[in-house]
Amino acid sequence: MRDVAIVSFAQSNAESEIRSEVEILQPVAAEAISQSGLERSEIDFTCSGSSDWLQGQPFAFVMALDAVGSWPPIKESHVEQDGAWALYEAWVKIQTGEVDSALVYSFGKTSPGDIGLVQAIQLDPYCVTPLWPDLDSLSGIQARACLDAGIVTERQMAEVVSRCLRSAQDNPHAVRKGDYSVDELLDEPFEVSPLRAHDCPANSDGATVMVIMAGDRAKDLCERPVWIRGFDHRIDPPALGTRDLTRIPSARLCAEKAGGADGRLDFAEITAPYSHQEVLLRREMGLADDLPVNLSGGSLAAHTLMSCGLNRIGDAAMRIAGGHGDRALAHAAQGPCLQQNLAVVLEGE
Amino acid sequence: MAERCAVIGVGQTHYDAKRIDVSMPGLLREAALRALEDADLTWNDIDAVVIGKAPDTFEGMMLPENYLSDALGASGKPLLRVHTAGSVGGSTANVAVSLIAAGIHGRVLTIAWEKQSESNAMWGLTLSPPFSVAVVAGAGGFFAPLVRTYMRRSGAPEDTGILVALKDRKNALKNPYAHLKMPDVTYEEIRDSFMLWDPIRYLESCPSSDGACAMIVSSEELAKKAPRKPAWVLGTSMRSEPVQFAKRDAVNPMSGRLAAKDVYEQAGIQDPRKEIDCIECYVPFSWFEPMWMETMGFADEGEGWKLTHDGTTALDGSRPVNMSGGVLSSNAIGASGMCRYAEAANQVRGEAGEHQIDGAKVALGHAYGGGSQYFSMAVFGSEKP
Repeated sequence: MRDVAIVSFAQSNAESEIRSEVEILQPVAAEAISQSGLERSEIDFTCSGSSDWLQGQPFAFVMALDAVGSWPPIKESHVEQDGAWALYEAWVKIQTGEVDSALVYSFGKTSPGDIGLVQAIQLDPYCVTPLWPDLDSLSGIQARACLDAGIVTERQMAEVVSRCLRSAQDNPHAVRKGDYSVDELLDEPFEVSPLRAHDCPANSDGATVMVIMAGDRAKDLCERPVWIRGFDHRIDPPALGTRDLTRIPSARLCAEKAGGADGRLDFAEITAPYSHQEVLLRREMGLADDLPVNLSGGSLAAHTLMSCGLNRIGDAAMRIAGGHGDRALAHAAQGPCLQQNLAVVLEGE
Repeated sequence: MAERCAVIGVGQTHYDAKRIDVSMPGLLREAALRALEDADLTWNDIDAVVIGKAPDTFEGMMLPENYLSDALGASGKPLLRVHTAGSVGGSTANVAVSLIAAGIHGRVLTIAWEKQSESNAMWGLTLSPPFSVAVVAGAGGFFAPLVRTYMRRSGAPEDTGILVALKDRKNALKNPYAHLKMPDVTYEEIRDSFMLWDPIRYLESCPSSDGACAMIVSSEELAKKAPRKPAWVLGTSMRSEPVQFAKRDAVNPMSGRLAAKDVYEQAGIQDPRKEIDCIECYVPFSWFEPMWMETMGFADEGEGWKLTHDGTTALDGSRPVNMSGGVLSSNAIGASGMCRYAEAANQVRGEAGEHQIDGAKVALGHAYGGGSQYFSMAVFGSEKP
């Protein structure tokens, strides 16, 4: 495998944006490219992740080409997935030896619609979508199953929220943050029992851009390149009634294949949009109880659909680049109740 | 490319306007199982799945691959979903080839599909986006001015499009999977069919189809075990260009020319006119055949139409184009690019059936999308590079 490093990263997150996706993306792309020290024309490959349904129009990603620079014509691809999977495709492309560097980006703007309901159309279209179960309710079913199985307690869920929102106070990109005690949080009413509003993702609009580079060139570009040491992603079956929602085999498998357990981890950034999912994912991915998780605040502080996974990876990379740890696991998830999972192990030079 | 890659299995569904006999998972399994059967493999032999389709609005589902994962045997495996507009069928296969070339997997199932009858593609294409003007023209309305410009620039005879349509509709009669079968079609019938988007007539246009196309791509090592002759991937390329840019020539796009140049270089092709035996290219409206012949270097600028008129692109011509009947005969949008690849691969495998070109050794697959901004191409060879 070729060594590939994350050499720059930029993100924007806001509770709700008046700007279009292209307008949100353009300055973030300019920032990441400028930070990388490369000219746009020096970046060999471009890959992005987004969902047409969020813009409510077909080919929604096409306009983004104008925001990231695509003349003369570029080698480019797009996944209808979180940007973390776009990063995977770019990493694979570099592994073929055809290219050495890539611009990876993603964006999501969910504020104009009811995102919980919009996501109901990713379920079984013949038997489940007609019931219009919103995502909070499905996640509530999973949380209840985890409570019943003794995997998590309501107090633990509140502890996750309290810790994440406190950590998020240092994160300029967080849209929900603050110092709340566990008891204070437990006094809040249920949104969808057993989930309270703060147990649910802090939905936000935004864009994420990253530049990656292979080999020695990465060392020339930044003081402390953050290397991708392992990368894997897996999917579980879709039928919620046949899945054991208290187990996430695809998360377990991808963390193992990415090499999460092959050395000491200093921290992890994981995609856990609902508070119980942090506890569940720690358990499934074999993360130690005392391992710091989501120092950024995670999805409970800012959750830009289609971008949040790439944000976790970028946040972890920037923390390592800044000297706050040497080795970390970053994780992305999508699909109802964590159906699809991706893990990447990052290491500082 | 690092590792050599081969197509060892191909499977397509029958294309039709409404495949109401199958669900979405049923449709995809039909193509995937045929590809597995062609390669004499089972689901367990597949390491990863790369799936592609055009906009999710065409079925009214969001990220449908999560729902389709277990129908494609992907549980516990990596699954990637590609979407690059109309070129997606080609770029999806390109990503699968990358996974082999990078040495990450041994065998990958790649599949592209559309089940337009689940929703309404015209609705899916003409939603009113916030902050912008809805085109409300469909694809034909968008492309008609480009065709008109090509006609003006090249001075091509007005019936070039009719001749392309007649050829592809005749070719489709030899393809068991084709959607449109018009055994008695004539030049006059196409000429007299109503004008949809001037200068594009009804019978010069592609249909709306349900369907899926699948391929199994494999490493060189595992290709040795394949029961049938593999198609070697000699090169793959992708290029994209902006939407709004005054210097852009949408009639003969720079991205298309660069993608062709790139894929020829990878395949070691000096002169495509001499070294490529046959072509499956994305022609949703008949006039795009001469246009793409020029973009891909098979004719000088302004002369692509001559290849249609002199019979070069006919099934019995010296360099046939769209032997399968092409997009004009079956258009399950997301699948159409992969069909071009699959049909090109089958030509060099000698597995193209009644529309097989004798002795085809090198074949080109081509797809495009967006407003002629997205291109993906692959060259397949009968001999290991």
